[in-house]
Amino acid sequence: MSAAPLLAADEFQAPGLGLFDWPPLVEGAAWFNKPALLALVAALLVIVFVYAAFSRPKLVPRGVQNIGELAYEFTREQIARPFLGKDSDRWMPLLFSMFLFVWIMNLFGSIIFVQFPVMSRIGYPAVLAIGVWVLVMYLGIKHQGPIGFFKNVMFPPGLPGWIYVMVAPIELVSTFFLRHITHAIRLFATMMAGHLIIALFSEVGWHFLFVQLTPLGAPVGVLGVIMTILLTAFELFIQALQAYVFALLTAMFINDALRPAH
Amino acid sequence: MSGVLAEVTGNLGSIGYGLAAIGPGVGIGIIFGQGVQAIARQPEAYGLIRQNMILGFVFAEALALIGIALAFVFRA
Repeated sequence: MSAAPLLAADEFQAPGLGLFDWPPLVEGAAWFNKPALLALVAALLVIVFVYAAFSRPKLVPRGVQNIGELAYEFTREQIARPFLGKDSDRWMPLLFSMFLFVWIMNLFGSIIFVQFPVMSRIGYPAVLAIGVWVLVMYLGIKHQGPIGFFKNVMFPPGLPGWIYVMVAPIELVSTFFLRHITHAIRLFATMMAGHLIIALFSEVGWHFLFVQLTPLGAPVGVLGVIMTILLTAFELFIQALQAYVFALLTAMFINDALRPAH
Repeated sequence: MSGVLAEVTGNLGSIGYGLAAIGPGVGIGIIFGQGVQAIARQPEAYGLIRQNMILGFVFAEALALIGIALAFVFRA
């Protein structure tokens, strides 16, 4: 009972899901809120960046082309080639733009005055994941045949017969549904959790240093500010990692659809 | 004073998330522990090992992330 009033912890309100509710920017267009605007800006940024980098390529790259080639090479060597091998050039446009788009959408969470990771609203990663799902189903049926695609997934060769009773339904649900659902949820939940944690610690700093400055509360506020800075640095790493992982898993799903697992 | 000796109040979702984080915590520890060991044994395979390490990491991490999302979804 003694510590709580001194710290004024009973008046401190932790930020909740209200952080993710945005009113429409224009009257009458309910869909057009801040995340939607940011998504459009992100798409535009990717287009402008890629156009600036690769519209007039030079043999000795200069300026933006340097950065563009760095990003392209990273995507090709680290994301596409390990999974797709010689097919990777065909899928590079998709993987490269997806990597850049997801990364920029995530980066909005750490850009001052923007400060909202668009991917922390489930709709945005869900659309990407549904797109990947449609693509993977199409590719699988095209390359392995409508029956062969399901047969190769549900009945991987080389197992004792009785175990297929268990393997077939698990593989069916996991390969065609669960892993695509987690594909979206992974990106969404990481971004949401990161945004919430940073909001919590900056709220702690604001509350204990400005709203209610007390001798015992001040160290808590300083801790909150330090944690905000540290977690922002960590969040920058996570944002890049999640964009990488999203594109990586897309490459893996495409590869699984193109050729049966051995 | 009521008859209750001790009482805990708060959100059950946070307890649920704490439980959901145990398994992925163990899993991620194993993945990175084994990964570092593999790199130490065979440093030239660093690129390959790191990639598979991250792949395993995201699969284990997904469970914890589903936990954090569901803690908000099933708020009492």
